[in-house]
This record gives sequence, structure tokens and C-alpha cells, in this order.
Amino acid sequence: MSKIESNVEFVRKEDAPVLPPPINQVGLIGWLWRNGISSMINFSTITGSIQSVLMILLTVVVLYLGLNGIWTLVDFAFIQAIWSDADELKRLACATTLQGGSLPEEWFGACWPFIAAKSKLLIYGVYDIDEIWRVNLTYLILLVGIGWVVIEKMPYRFHVGIFLLVIYPIVAFVLLTGGNLEIANSTLIIMILVSLLISVFCFLIYRGFLGEGFLAAYTVFNAIRYLSIYITMVTIIFTSDFGLVTVETDKWGGLLVTLVVAITGIVASLPLGILLALGRRSSMPVIRLLCVLFIEFWRGVPLITVLFMASFMLPLFLPEGTDFNKLLRALIGVTLFSAAYMAEVIRGGLQAIPKGQFEAASGLGLSYYQTSRLIILPQALVLVIPGIVNTFIGLFKDTTLVLIISLFDLLGMIQSSFADPNWSTPVQSLTGYLAVATIFWVILFSMSRYSMFMEKKLRYEH
Amino acid sequence: MKKSFIFGAIAALGLISTGAFAGTLDDIKSKGFVQCGVSQGLPGFSNQDDSGKWTGLDVELCRAVAVAVFGDTNAVKFSPLSSKQRFTALSSGEIDILSRNTTWTMTRDTQLGLNFAGVNYYDGQGMMVPAGMGVSSGTELDGANICTNTGTTTELNITDYFRFNNMGFNLVAFEKADEVVAAYDAGRCDVYTTDRSGLAAQRLKLSNPDSHVVLPEIISKEPLGPVVRQGDDQWFNIVKWVHNAMVNAEEMGITSANVDSKKGSDNPAVKRLLGTEGSFGDELGISNDWAYNIIKHIGNYGESYERNVGPNTPLKLARGANALWTNGGLMYAPPIR
Amino acid sequence: MNSSGVKLSDEKESLIYNPKIRSIFFQILALVIVFGSLILLRHNTLVNLEDRGKSLGFHFLGETSGFSILPTFGTWVVGYEVGVSTYVDVFIIGILNTLAVGLFGIIAATLLGFTIGIFRLSNNFILRSFAATFVEIFRNIPLLLWLFIVYFAVLRNLPAKREALFFTENIGINITGLYAPAPQPLEGFLYVLIALIVGMVGCIFFIKWSTRRFLITGKKFPGGWLGLILLICLPLAIYYILGQPLNWEDPIFKSDGPVFRRGYQAGMGMMIVPEMIAVWAALSLYTAAFIAEIVRSGILAISYGQTEASFALGLRPGTTLRLVIIPQAMRVIVPPLTSQYLNLLKNSSLAVAIAYPELVSVFGGTALNQVGKEVEMIFMLMLVYLSFSIITSIFMNWFNSKIKLVER
Repeated sequence: MSKIESNVEFVRKEDAPVLPPPINQVGLIGWLWRNGISSMINFSTITGSIQSVLMILLTVVVLYLGLNGIWTLVDFAFIQAIWSDADELKRLACATTLQGGSLPEEWFGACWPFIAAKSKLLIYGVYDIDEIWRVNLTYLILLVGIGWVVIEKMPYRFHVGIFLLVIYPIVAFVLLTGGNLEIANSTLIIMILVSLLISVFCFLIYRGFLGEGFLAAYTVFNAIRYLSIYITMVTIIFTSDFGLVTVETDKWGGLLVTLVVAITGIVASLPLGILLALGRRSSMPVIRLLCVLFIEFWRGVPLITVLFMASFMLPLFLPEGTDFNKLLRALIGVTLFSAAYMAEVIRGGLQAIPKGQFEAASGLGLSYYQTSRLIILPQALVLVIPGIVNTFIGLFKDTTLVLIISLFDLLGMIQSSFADPNWSTPVQSLTGYLAVATIFWVILFSMSRYSMFMEKKLRYEH
Repeated sequence: MKKSFIFGAIAALGLISTGAFAGTLDDIKSKGFVQCGVSQGLPGFSNQDDSGKWTGLDVELCRAVAVAVFGDTNAVKFSPLSSKQRFTALSSGEIDILSRNTTWTMTRDTQLGLNFAGVNYYDGQGMMVPAGMGVSSGTELDGANICTNTGTTTELNITDYFRFNNMGFNLVAFEKADEVVAAYDAGRCDVYTTDRSGLAAQRLKLSNPDSHVVLPEIISKEPLGPVVRQGDDQWFNIVKWVHNAMVNAEEMGITSANVDSKKGSDNPAVKRLLGTEGSFGDELGISNDWAYNIIKHIGNYGESYERNVGPNTPLKLARGANALWTNGGLMYAPPIR
Repeated sequence: MNSSGVKLSDEKESLIYNPKIRSIFFQILALVIVFGSLILLRHNTLVNLEDRGKSLGFHFLGETSGFSILPTFGTWVVGYEVGVSTYVDVFIIGILNTLAVGLFGIIAATLLGFTIGIFRLSNNFILRSFAATFVEIFRNIPLLLWLFIVYFAVLRNLPAKREALFFTENIGINITGLYAPAPQPLEGFLYVLIALIVGMVGCIFFIKWSTRRFLITGKKFPGGWLGLILLICLPLAIYYILGQPLNWEDPIFKSDGPVFRRGYQAGMGMMIVPEMIAVWAALSLYTAAFIAEIVRSGILAISYGQTEASFALGLRPGTTLRLVIIPQAMRVIVPPLTSQYLNLLKNSSLAVAIAYPELVSVFGGTALNQVGKEVEMIFMLMLVYLSFSIITSIFMNWFNSKIKLVER
């Protein structure tokens, strides 16, 4: 024992002192080392030196470009910018001495009072000033609804989502236009009768009076019944008088038009996209071919030609004397266009569902419609949320194209406000573009972050 | 059943209006307003202010039509249209009348299925250059860059002019007038060409309007007027006579201020115009005091001109060819009789 | 008895339960609905057109056009002349200009996109954050807005018409465009082009041959270099033998004379209008942001184990990159990259907003206005873009089948 103890002299009594980490691993230096310096100071070999020098040069150039860009922007938008126009000078507030104002000749900055003066136009268009609360209410419901759905801790998120997709468009329509549509009573009565008939028909099928064959297709007829009842209800709501003053769509503009076009496009294209995606995966060759043709046609042409088509050709396609509102025509074009993209996104989601799910469902004796509705779509639709958000981002950017067919979206509105001689200065257009770019950027950036967040979340859950 | 269901569904989407082409007046009466196609913003002719109110010479013609039909200056709705969209919008029935500084040409009359209901502004195409250029005539423009709008007769006229004079040029044609102005202002072009009235209006949008001059050359005839669809003579007549009534009123010296006192006039021509004698309104299918209403609410042609484009407005356009024929101009209206 | 009754009901049901009959029924129904609506649309269109005193037909294509078009690549190739050229020429000019800006845009967007994409993965903080900012800024603002911003930024920063910024004696830029010497092929230049094609074919042949030889025998042969020499030297040799059958027409800049005659002279040298520069720049920057993301995710998709495994096999880093990483990354990158190229081509149609005479602008805009044949002309426009996209998908299918993983 003691012998062993004598050997213990060589065993450490205490831990070896902790050495500080290498200088290039901690603190500022470590951070710099990990973030690029390591590739700039390798002068041990000739190739290493050349690479290091090149890297240093590249970094300096990029740094210069970046800082220069940021400085130009900050200088224009903040430092030199004119912030207020207390004396109501309008254009003279932002004019240099050369243009009749009082600013020095080399002045070049943003003219924010111009944006302030046009802010109502940018957000609402020329919507009646007394009725603007309706637009605000529409915006508010949308914001609260989206916030509700996005925040994970909220209860009833699913229900709010359904509300946003199914009921909100009706509310928004009534609020924005004032409802009170004029539709011939006969049309209304026919619609009610048709949905009643379909309901009776469904009831008969359900009770088995029409034989087993129809009973098998009951789900389909039931879906048609719900659809017809929904459409009839919507029509009744649209035609009833809520005591709201009618506001023509001509008076809509700016952000309102941008949002209306983008949201209608995405909401209306969702059901269409689902149908097309299911059709494209159908086992029936004709259906598949038709869906493929439809999808590839719309995906193959630029949106601007679609808008031209909606604007110039749609009136030709319809029966004599039928005439659509300009905004509605654009909406139809945008919906068809985005439905094709939506279909591809949803198809991606459908493909991600393992085959076993289909097999298990048919093993349980579920029909095609039941399998789609209860097993496949609920899983696929969650999977495609990032894709849908990305499509929405694309569509949101594409809404700017409607200015080419004389609808005044955010960009169209700022452009038409450049025509106001009261504010015409050389900085007018840059200020306007900068303001609109900022609005777009904030909205689109947050959406793309949300889509990334969802993607990450879905990846972890699987 | 299915069809009506589908149409019900489309109608449910709202914003739809149906109407046959034949009876434009009946349609208008049943919907309660006149749908008028105007420009996307041309100060003095058709321009929208920040509150959404439309003003201008072309706009007032539409208001006059609305007054003639409904007795109400606000029974009219405006659709801003690009030059490309305007004829499609009219022929598809989207608008009832196009009052958008549109040039009356033979092709448009014969091939596009349109009818020009008169001329409310005699114009000609002009050219504007920066004053510092020291140019005094269009024949000195050899080698110039020219900015203009696409989809107008302007593009064709300027091409003809330069080809005829054997001069070289580059044409930069933009989709919207605002883009043309912006590009010209930025110095992309030496010359901005459009109708002279348009030049007067668009120069207001330049950052320094006074440093540009309009050259003396008038390189084309541009009779601008309201347009309606072919095949509806009643509506065509209404629009035509609304304009004529305004010109006649100026000839007779009836203004919005004195129209009430003129109502008691013994002059048979005045009586016919104001509807105290004869049934001219009834024959157009509108009320008999149509012209009285127009003059009362809008004024005569001269008043409308002075208010929107005349020398006291920012456009500072002299009457010139648009003066009454009695003053050496071209404005001449057939008599109401 | 009982069994026959059951059988009877089976037969009755079989019609509607039989999946085949049901599927045929649905397909016929779909066809009837689709064709029915197409016929209805056609009927409506014809009635509506007749009402408006118009007719369908492509006769207008043979008519001469009366408007002038901004001198661009298309007008130069076609030799556009007002009053002589027809609407077919206008159509071709539109397609050529679309392709021109599309091609240059694709090249620039690819170069920039790959650079930015690699920057994003760099361990250099400055490069990384620059790339991230670039991507987020360009991706999240609509292209049309970029187009306006870039166009007016371009116009603002270029010298006025009667001045110029000279890069070399013969190359300069001002607000009317970028000027450079224009090549003018003389007699015999055709042979140089033929030599170039022969060189290309030879180059490909050498590379293929040397690769196969290497695979069979293991002997290396510098086929690539030999091919490259052939590709460069053969046309050059022919060019000099034929006495340089290519003339360079220099642009002429005058700083005196009548005021409109000052500046660059029309028709001399090659001019690239600022509209094209702006469209090109905006398209390239916007698309580059998307390409950068594609490149980044493509490289990230290759697990690091691949690199380690190939090092373990004794491959050098360069070889690893060339033979292991890039082929796998490209498999991920190319499909979305192709669709970005297609998007760029389609997006070039936005040039209509800033007067660059591409297809939508010159044919769907100016020409449509003069002729008023909406149906035919929009149909032609769509057909062109559809063929672009069909060609792209044919390429994609070919590429996918070529690089498909060979699985056992």
C-alpha cells in the first residue's frame, strides 16, 4: 500500500491550470479570425500570399461599395432630406436656388413633405374621405386576423384562418364597395331555387332514394350543395343594403388596390390551385392533360400579357353586352395566373405525402374524395404554407404591373402623383420611389422571414 | 339553369353591369350616370385632384352630357384610360363616351367602329425644346432625340415630318405621358412632341417650366373631340348637340350668369335653345330644358375654355383657332331649329 | 333465386361502380365542358368583333408600318426602315430585342448571382453581410420599381447629349447611349464564321475523345487545350489569310457645328440605348439575387461528408471540387436556375414601361395601337413566350435525364 502511495508523488494533486484559448480563438481577434482574417494573412506560401492579397483587395472593394451605397442612401434619405413644410411652400420647400427655392445648388435629398401630402392617396387612393373608416376597418381586421394566425399561442388559430379565407373576403367586399349590388330579382330567385333543388337532391341521395350509385358520389354532390348555398348567401349579402354609401372601384388606389389585387389573387387561386393540382395527379389521362395544359399555359406567359388579355380580350370573350369593371378584369387575370403557380406549389406538397398514406386510406375503405379531403390535403396544405407564402410574395410584387393597364396601385399612384406640378422638383421621383420601395420592402421582407420560419419549423417537425 | 347559375355567380362577384349596345341612352337612364373615358391626367383637359375630383375641358363636356340627361353635374363617372385602352374601352361598352383629347381621323371613323361627335378643341402637333438650345424652327432639328407617347397619331406625324424634311432622328416612345415628361426632363431627349395643348399642360410638370420653348411649327391637324360607338344615332346626336348647344350659347352671349334672365328673351333662337319654344329636347329623348341646364351648371363653351385652359389658367392657351367663327376662329355650331 | 337477385343488383351497380366507366364518364364530361366553353368563347368573340366592325385575320402583318423604332439590336439586324418594313419586321424586331436583353441579362445575372451566392457562404464577415444585404434588398422590392429607379438613376448620372464620358478613344457613353465601334462584315467573313463553327465542333470532339481515351487507357491527353487552340487559332488564321474581312466602324463625336449635330452622330458605330442598359441592369440585379440563393442552397445541400470521403480517397481539393462537389451541386442548382432564366426572359416584358422596344412594347404596344388587332397580336405574343418556355422545359427534361442519379 505504502509502496503505491509513494508512487502517488507523480500524480497531480490538482487540475492542470487551464490555459487561455489560443489568441485567435477568442474575443475580437477570434471573431475576426473566424470571420475572414484567417484567409487574408496567410503569407507562408506564394499561392497563399497571392490569395491573401486578392482576398484583402476584394474585401476592401466590397466594403467600399457597401458603405458607399449605405452612405448615399442615408445622405439622401436622412441627412440632406427635408422633413417638414411648415410654411406650405410645397415645391419651393424642396427646390434649390436654381429652381427658385432657397436650398443651396448642390443640395440633393429626399423631399418627405411630398410623401406626407400624398400619403392619403398612397394608402387609400381617392376613396371618399368620409368613408375612409371602412378601409381602415378592413385593414384592421386583416392585420388582427393575420397576427392571430401567425402567433402560435393564440387559441382558435385554425378557425381564424378559415374566417380569413372564407368570411373575410365577403366582409371586405361589403365594406369596401358598400355592397348593395344591383342584381335582377329573377337571378336571385333562380339562385335560391337552384341551391334548394340541389339540397333536396342531396337529401334524396342521402336517404338512398336514388340508388346506391348516387350514394357513392354523395360527397361530391354535398360539396356542390355547400358551394351553391355559399354563393347564394354571398349574393344575398352583397345585394342587401347595409346603409353604406357605394364607393366606385375607380376611386380605389394605392396600397388598397395592391392589397385587393394580391389578396384576392391568392385567396381565389387557392381552391382553383387545389383542384388543378389534384387534376394533374389524377389517373384520368384527359383530366391530367387538361390540367397540365392549363398550368403550363399560364406559367409560360408573362403576367403582363395576361393583364393585356384580361384588359383587351376578356370583353370580347363574354356574351354581347356583358361588361366588367376594370379592376375585376385584372383580378380575373391575376387569379388564373396565380392559380397555375399555386397548383404547382400544392402538387409539390402532395408529392411529399408518402405513398403509404394513400394505401392506408384506401385500406380503410375511404373513397378518393374522402382520402383527399381527410388524409392528404390536411397534411399537404400544412406542408405547402411556405410555398404559398412565397407565391404570395411573388404575386404581391407582380401587382405593380396593373399600373400598365391604368389601375393605380401603390407604384401607379406615386407615379401619377409625380404629375402634380405643385410638387415638381428633380428629387420628387426619387423620393417617391424610395418611399414606395420602403413600404414594399417592409411588407415583403417580413413575409419572406415568416416563410423561412415556417420552413424551418416544418423541417424540425418531420 | 346552369348558365344562369354561372352568371349569377359572376354577378355575385359584383362589379358587373350588363346592357345591350343599341339603347345607350336607356342604359344610362337606368343606371343613373354617364360613364366617361378620360385621360390618366392631362391638366386643363382631364385631370384628377388629390380629393379625386375631375376637372378640365374634356371632363366638362362629359358633365354637360350628364346635365343634359339627368340635370345633375355629378351623374357622371370617369374612367382614366391610356391611349392604348381607350378605343377598346369604348367599343366594349365599358364607357359610354370617350372624351380624352382624341384626334378625329378617317381610319378611326371608318375602321374602328367609332363616331366623332364634333370637335371641342382644334389642335395641332407641336414640339417643345429646352430654351438653352437656341433653336427657333423645327427644320433645325436634324439629329434630334424625340420623346413621345406610344399609341397615338403623334408618333406617326413626327415620323412623317422628319422623313419629309429629310432629317434624322431617334424616337423614344413611352407608355405613359408622365414617363415621357420625366425622361424629357432628365435630358434623355432634345424634343418633346405632342399636341400643342398637351405641351402646354405637360410643361407644367417639368422641374423648370419656363426654360422650355414651344417651336412655331404645327406639324399636323389634330381636331380633338368626343367619341361614341357607331350604331346608336340617338346617343350620337345627344353628345353632338350638347357640344353644339354650348357653342351656340356662346354665340348668343348666354352665360351661366345671365341664363335665367335670357330665359325671358324674345329672340326665337334663344328661346329654341333654352327650351321655351319647340320640343328639341324631347326629340333627343331628354328633357326640354337640357340646354338651359347645361348653361346654368357648366356654362357656355367660352366659359368652359377660359376656366380650364384659357389665358388666365396655368396653361395660358389663347383662343386662337378655338375662337368663335365670328372672331376669326373655327368654332361654328349648326343652328338649333 | 336469391343469388340471381344479388347478381342483378351487382350488374346495376357495376355501371356506376366500375372505375373504368366512371373515369371515362368524367373525362368525356370534362372534354365536353372545356370544348363547349371554347366554342362559346369563339362564338362570343366573333359576334363581338363583328359588332365592332372588325374581323379576324393576319393580313395586317404584311402592311407597312408608319412609325419609327428606337435603334436597337433588332432594328439593326432587320434593317428597319419606316414605310418599307412591315409588321412582320416589327414582330421580329421585338423578339430579337427581347432575346438580346435576355441573353445579356442571363450572362450578367449568372456571374453576379454565383459571386453573391459564394460570398454568402464565405467566412469573411464583410463579404457575407454584403451578399445578404444585396439579396434581401433586391429580392424584396418589385422588379418594375427597380426598373424605374435604375432607369432614372442611369439617366441622372450620364453626361448630357452634347458631352460624353470616354472610356477609350472609340468607346464612350452619354445620355443617348453607349457608343462603340460597330463590326461590319466584308466579303469573305462568312468563311471565318464557318471556321469558328468547325473549331467548336473540333473542340468538343477532342474533349470527348480524350476523356474516353483516358477512361479506357488511363493515359492523359490534353484534349481540352488542343480543342481550345483549334477553336481560337483556326478562325484567326482564316481571318488573317482572307485579309481581315471585318471593318470596324467607329462612332463619331462632334463638339462643334449646329447644336443638334453636336454629340455622337446618328448611324455611326454601335449604339446601345440607355433604355436597354437600364432594363439589362435591373433584370440582372434582380435575378442575381434569386440565383445567389439558389447557388447557396445548392452548395449547402451537399453534405460535408462528401468532401471528407473524397479526401480520404486521396483526391486533391481541386479535383474534389471539380469531380465531387460541383457535379452534385449542379444537380440541385440547374433546375431552379433554368426557371430563373425563363423568368428573366418573361420579366423583360416589363421593359414596356421604359420605352425599350422589346416584344411587348413594340408589338403589343405601338403596333397594336396602330392596327387594333388585339386578339391576333396578343395571341402571337403569348405564342412567342410559350415557345420560350417549351424550349426551356425540353432542355430541363434533357438535363434531368442526363444527370439523373444512377441507382441500383
